[in-house]
Amino acid sequence: MPTRRQIILGAGFAGGVALLPRAAPASPELRDAALAELTGGGPVSDGRVTLTIPGVAENGLSVYTTVAVESPMTTGDHVRAIHILSEQNPIARLLSVRLGPRAGVARVSTNLRLAASQEVTALAEMSDGSFWRDRKTVIVTIAACIDGG
Amino acid sequence: MSLAPARVSMPAEAKAGDVIEIKALMRHPMETGYRVDSRGQPIARHIVRRFSAEYDGEEVFAMDLTQGVAANPFIAFHTVATRSGELVFSWEDDRGEVVTVRKRLTVTG
Repeated sequence: MPTRRQIILGAGFAGGVALLPRAAPASPELRDAALAELTGGGPVSDGRVTLTIPGVAENGLSVYTTVAVESPMTTGDHVRAIHILSEQNPIARLLSVRLGPRAGVARVSTNLRLAASQEVTALAEMSDGSFWRDRKTVIVTIAACIDGG
Repeated sequence: MSLAPARVSMPAEAKAGDVIEIKALMRHPMETGYRVDSRGQPIARHIVRRFSAEYDGEEVFAMDLTQGVAANPFIAFHTVATRSGELVFSWEDDRGEVVTVRKRLTVTG
């Protein structure tokens, strides 16, 4: 026969579980693991990549983001891929872009969903196998994944 | 995916060697799979998995998407005008639905 205290504690615990988000939140560690998977654990240099994203995003459901990479985009020297990584979203790797010399310029824009204020990383993979990145901190006023899509 | 869910904006003409910007917009919920409906039932994930652009028989751009991309995904990118022909844009979602848009580019000079 459970005591009244146990019942109250149990109810509180059940309520707490129900309120937990269904997806485990990401963490800087998961972001780092995703980054290491992409780079094969190799070195990543800062530079050549410019991540343009608002410093304060009023609505995390749609955050306009541009990644540009300095590259001549020739057959011998071009950007092979661009990745955007999150340290707070349920999924660390938000998107990956494949491109090549026929892109002409390495610049891509899209709208991201951000679950919380965080550092966003743009990672570029060059044709010579090197990796470059830019990182920006975004303050999210209304987070995605809470409600409304 | 209902009527005309996708739109692509790009120039109809370009000079050979010019870099053109292409803007692609798809009407899609990009449902994360993390939400529950008003009865507490989980809402199934429904997202566009892949977008690609083919020009002159070659893939010139592709994006792998996740729940981390906003609903009605917008993608702007570039390509070099090489020769007159058709550009084929495709979106594929995780239910296997594919939407394709074709645009003609006339290349001069």
